[in-house]
Amino acid sequence: MSWLTEMPQMSRADMLTLRQTLDGAYRTFSRQYGDSIEAFFNPLLQFLIGFERLLLTTPWWLVLGVITALVYAASRSWKLSLGVVVALMLIGWFGMWEDTMRTMSIIMVCTLLAIAMGIPIGILMAASDRARSVITPVLDVMQTMPAFVYLIPVVMLLGIGRIPGVIAVVIYAIPPVIRLTNLGIRLVDKEVLEAATAYGVSPLQRLLGVQLPLAMPNIMAGINQTIMMALAMVVIASMIGVQGLGQPVLRSITNQYFTLGLLNGLAIVVLAIIFDRVSQAYARRAQRHMGVRDS
Amino acid sequence: MSESSRADVQIRVEGLYKLFGAKAKTTMARVHAGESKTEILAATGHTLGLRDINLDIRRGEIFVIMGLSGSGKSTLIRHFNRLIDPTEGRILIEGTDVMKLPPKQLREFRRHKMSMVFQRFGLLPHRNVQDNVAFGLRVQGVKRQQREEEARRWLKDVGLDGYEEQFPSQLSGGQQQRVGLARALCTNADILLMDEAFSALDPLIRSEMQDQLIELQARLQKTIIFITHDLDEALRLGDRIAILRDGALVQVGEPRDILLEPADNYVESFVRDVNRARALTVDAVMKPPRYRITAHSIDEALAQMRTLKSDWGYQVSDSGAYQGILNRNRLEAAQQSGGDQTPLDQLLESVPGISGKVALEEVLPKTLNTEYALPVVDEQGELQGEVSRREVSRILSRQQQDPEAAPEH
Repeated sequence: MSWLTEMPQMSRADMLTLRQTLDGAYRTFSRQYGDSIEAFFNPLLQFLIGFERLLLTTPWWLVLGVITALVYAASRSWKLSLGVVVALMLIGWFGMWEDTMRTMSIIMVCTLLAIAMGIPIGILMAASDRARSVITPVLDVMQTMPAFVYLIPVVMLLGIGRIPGVIAVVIYAIPPVIRLTNLGIRLVDKEVLEAATAYGVSPLQRLLGVQLPLAMPNIMAGINQTIMMALAMVVIASMIGVQGLGQPVLRSITNQYFTLGLLNGLAIVVLAIIFDRVSQAYARRAQRHMGVRDS
Repeated sequence: MSESSRADVQIRVEGLYKLFGAKAKTTMARVHAGESKTEILAATGHTLGLRDINLDIRRGEIFVIMGLSGSGKSTLIRHFNRLIDPTEGRILIEGTDVMKLPPKQLREFRRHKMSMVFQRFGLLPHRNVQDNVAFGLRVQGVKRQQREEEARRWLKDVGLDGYEEQFPSQLSGGQQQRVGLARALCTNADILLMDEAFSALDPLIRSEMQDQLIELQARLQKTIIFITHDLDEALRLGDRIAILRDGALVQVGEPRDILLEPADNYVESFVRDVNRARALTVDAVMKPPRYRITAHSIDEALAQMRTLKSDWGYQVSDSGAYQGILNRNRLEAAQQSGGDQTPLDQLLESVPGISGKVALEEVLPKTLNTEYALPVVDEQGELQGEVSRREVSRILSRQQQDPEAAPEH
């Protein structure tokens, strides 16, 4: 009658067998396919390394100039551009330029990957209710599962380094862009869609000419969220060997370097603000005609 | 429908049913068994959208489908270009069964044969006015320069010259709907579907748009299917009107038929509040002229009046043109004063003929100012009919009475 007082539990031996079987199976899998999977990701790794090296070897003033030019092109705001210059100069002054460039490079690559995969998945999800009912729980798991848990199999498979970092960041950061692409497309004014259909659009014309442009405000919000979440992952990613602003933070935790931790943390915040303001300013500018739609 | 077989029927709707719900096909048995909309909804959860619609729409007419919200009118118009598929029935457009078109041909059909104007405009907010108007041509793959030229031409036609670069959000409702109309005309389709096109506009703009549509239609001669819940609008625009109630057709006819011979109490209750003096034209109420005189002398005229048993008559020339009104007292007075040879022309009372096209409202004062029935003449000046004060007051006052009491034509 022990089940009345204690929760029924599987025996220790069974539990051990279960763990050993699963671990063993996965280990065999990673031994067998680890190399080919690594080879599959190799082009991405080369690109990451190349991009990082480009940012690091180019003279700082040129990088700063290009970044400022991009910020201005996207936002058309002198104030914002000037703020970016000042913020980046300060980061350099406190000796964090190289780590910032490393972080920036991996964040940009992760964001591009998340967008490139997330938007098509979002489109699929909006097009089919069945796809949505399958994808939604997966996204829920991706967002709630602690990042460390899915880092384990990735590290087992690929070791530590940039690629597992990128995979972890993308898994963590991709849900918003998928969700908001889906939402944006589903929210497109039904009458505009009907009008397009009545004029005989093909499915592709409808997607590119009507659905995506009208969903753009939501998609941009998703991209913005994705960038923010990618930045939030920087410290965790540094635990598996991703270089950048996360590593000094990690060192500060173990060694109780308060100032070092604070400065690097602030640098991450500055990057986040720059990405956020610039992407939002760009989105606002691109959609300036879409706001008011009264009759 | 015998009347329509004479004219050129462009669109024919045959036995169209629409049942909304998951098991529409099997639930159709209940519909055919004659169960009502509410019974079907209660028993199966299916909504009956349309019930046995049969229509013939002629080339070049404005065909108005009228009904209150929930009557199925928006559902019906969406069947013509298959934005909604029917549960049963056929729609033939110039002999082609639209229901049988495979996806690709359906797209071609939508691109070239029909265009549509929407209640809430349905414009692309991220495209400027010119691109919106050229949308249909762009979908067809027409080259940029050509489609922009077309778009500018139609924008000029709807009075939006100079707005090419504006965005829809910068325009007023009326202007946006003009863009919607220009977009529909730009594809050069024969058939124009207008779904409550003017309902979202305020009254003044609405009547402006109605005028513009009538004006454009006089020139373009499209086949227009116009949906509205507003009977005044229906009477103003429609060559023929179909009245829809709970998904079934109640009456199809010309505006005068609807107004003067409502098919049942439902239509009657609609028609009751209509300003007939404004809605009816003289054509619709005129009677054949009773006293037509073709005399060349006073004697002849008096003789004809005696046969007609009348004290007056319309003098009509040999070619049939209306001249004026002859009065017996006046003729006899002229005869007694020895003016037997006085030309009849000088004895005519000049009561100007009225056109059959104008609203009753406009001739109302004239009918009150004369004791004669007013002569109705056509563009060539030929006598077509007469409108008496009594007849006008009978038609205008019948609104308050039971329609059955009035003699039918």
